[in-house]
Amino acid sequence: MAEKIVEFENVSFGYGRQPAVEKATFSIERGDFVGVIGPNGSGKTTIVKLMLNLLKPDEGSIMIFGKGIADFREWRRVGYVPQKATNFDQNFPATVFEVASMGRIPKAGLARRLSSADYAAVERALKTAGILNLRDSRIGDLSGGQQQRVFIARALATEPELLILDEPTVGVDMEAQHNFYALLRRLNKEFGLTLVLVSHDIGLVSKNVNKLACVNIAVTFHDVSKGLSTADLHCAYPAGMAFVPHHHHIPTPSARFIR
Amino acid sequence: MLELLQYGFMQRAFIAGILIALLCAVIGVFLVLRRMSLLGDGLAHISFGGIAAGMFFGVYPLLSALAFSVLAAIGIQKLKSMKVYGDAAIAIFFSFGLSMGVVLVSLSHGFKADLFSYLFGSILAVSGTDILLILAVGIATLVALLLFYKELFYMTFDEDSARASGIPVERLNAMLVVLTAITVVLSMRIVGILLVSSFLVIPASIALLICRSFRNTIGVAALIGVASVITGLTLAYYFDLATGGAIVLTLVGGFAVVLLYKKLSPRLTPRT
Repeated sequence: MAEKIVEFENVSFGYGRQPAVEKATFSIERGDFVGVIGPNGSGKTTIVKLMLNLLKPDEGSIMIFGKGIADFREWRRVGYVPQKATNFDQNFPATVFEVASMGRIPKAGLARRLSSADYAAVERALKTAGILNLRDSRIGDLSGGQQQRVFIARALATEPELLILDEPTVGVDMEAQHNFYALLRRLNKEFGLTLVLVSHDIGLVSKNVNKLACVNIAVTFHDVSKGLSTADLHCAYPAGMAFVPHHHHIPTPSARFIR
Repeated sequence: MLELLQYGFMQRAFIAGILIALLCAVIGVFLVLRRMSLLGDGLAHISFGGIAAGMFFGVYPLLSALAFSVLAAIGIQKLKSMKVYGDAAIAIFFSFGLSMGVVLVSLSHGFKADLFSYLFGSILAVSGTDILLILAVGIATLVALLLFYKELFYMTFDEDSARASGIPVERLNAMLVVLTAITVVLSMRIVGILLVSSFLVIPASIALLICRSFRNTIGVAALIGVASVITGLTLAYYFDLATGGAIVLTLVGGFAVVLLYKKLSPRLTPRT
């Protein structure tokens, strides 16, 4: 059995009295590509924040790389591309290289300068993300899809074992999205990176992942490497809920997922 | 030009001026990008209370101003953590410092002339004691800024990601505010309480108009700060001006020229 990278055990969390996640139990193993799907407000981002220790669970326990999350210190092993990463100040004076090198900052340690090894890692990350040619451009001058890759490169620069992406393709055009998923598949297959991808776009996600966490306050976990069942879908999109992707047309679920 | 460097007071003014120009430029870039441009102004007015208190009670005014400014910086952070909006927190301390200064000034009648130099800066103002304090504290502040430069850069760009990656954002934020408080007080002798905030904000704003990378922004802001101090002090010497006014007018002029140049050549791409 593969090494468990993230383990949620009966985790509940609420904002005030409003429950956001209830009794979530699941585990993510090394090499997994996990899609976290669910409608808006279903608690997807809350799960990510719990995973990153940005929120503390009200109940239950979270283990990360085999350690209790409160005692976990090696955050450099975890890469994170936040929701609205591209929502930064577009006039900010920073080049692609500078933004990507932020990924090395935690690794270098407080008050330490980045070394030439750090810069080499940044360069590799830019190359993997396919944007080495843009290294000296101001980040605000790039397209949405290119900016997305800069943030992936920033996360890759830490040389993480686990990469968490929260709604990374919002506001990115269709072609850029396809290239983006191709990049993620490559990171997963070639580099053995464990991926957690949060999205409300079940169509694109379920084509690419091997496990699916359906979130609607409750969390159900499905192995979808052999395909997706109607029951799997209903967990996240209960009856009556329209199946509308945000940016583009996808076939109905019955046509695409159920074999 | 060189003859003015024969005088001890001019040498001290130049040394102090160049050091604070570097400090203000670096801090200024962070403040402007973090939308905290008015923090410097707030802290300067608070230190006015400190100056007045120092003069009233016979304490070395820069030291009492330093204490006031740093305590207020910590107080602003505390209020913010108690869910008072940042700008409101600054305004509260701002008025407290100013009103305290005014009350103390009206209680005593002796130090109004001296106060003018604190408000607008003076070429003769930097004493031997001042220069020691400015050099010691200023260099320490600059070193602290350079040590945490990359963390400050990260959190200025994207605070959430910086926090998620384990950078102690809250502590560094508090540090930045305290370093601003120190810088404001150190700058006071040269540019004066009322003009400190321009000295923080304008070099950064000019650099932001012309630079593409963060590193160059910091570098260009520092160069502009130093150039404005040298120009301003020289003008102040020859025309007998308040130094703060001369320096800030130089900066505003520079800002206007750069803005005009950009406007007239719209296809001009920013240089790295």
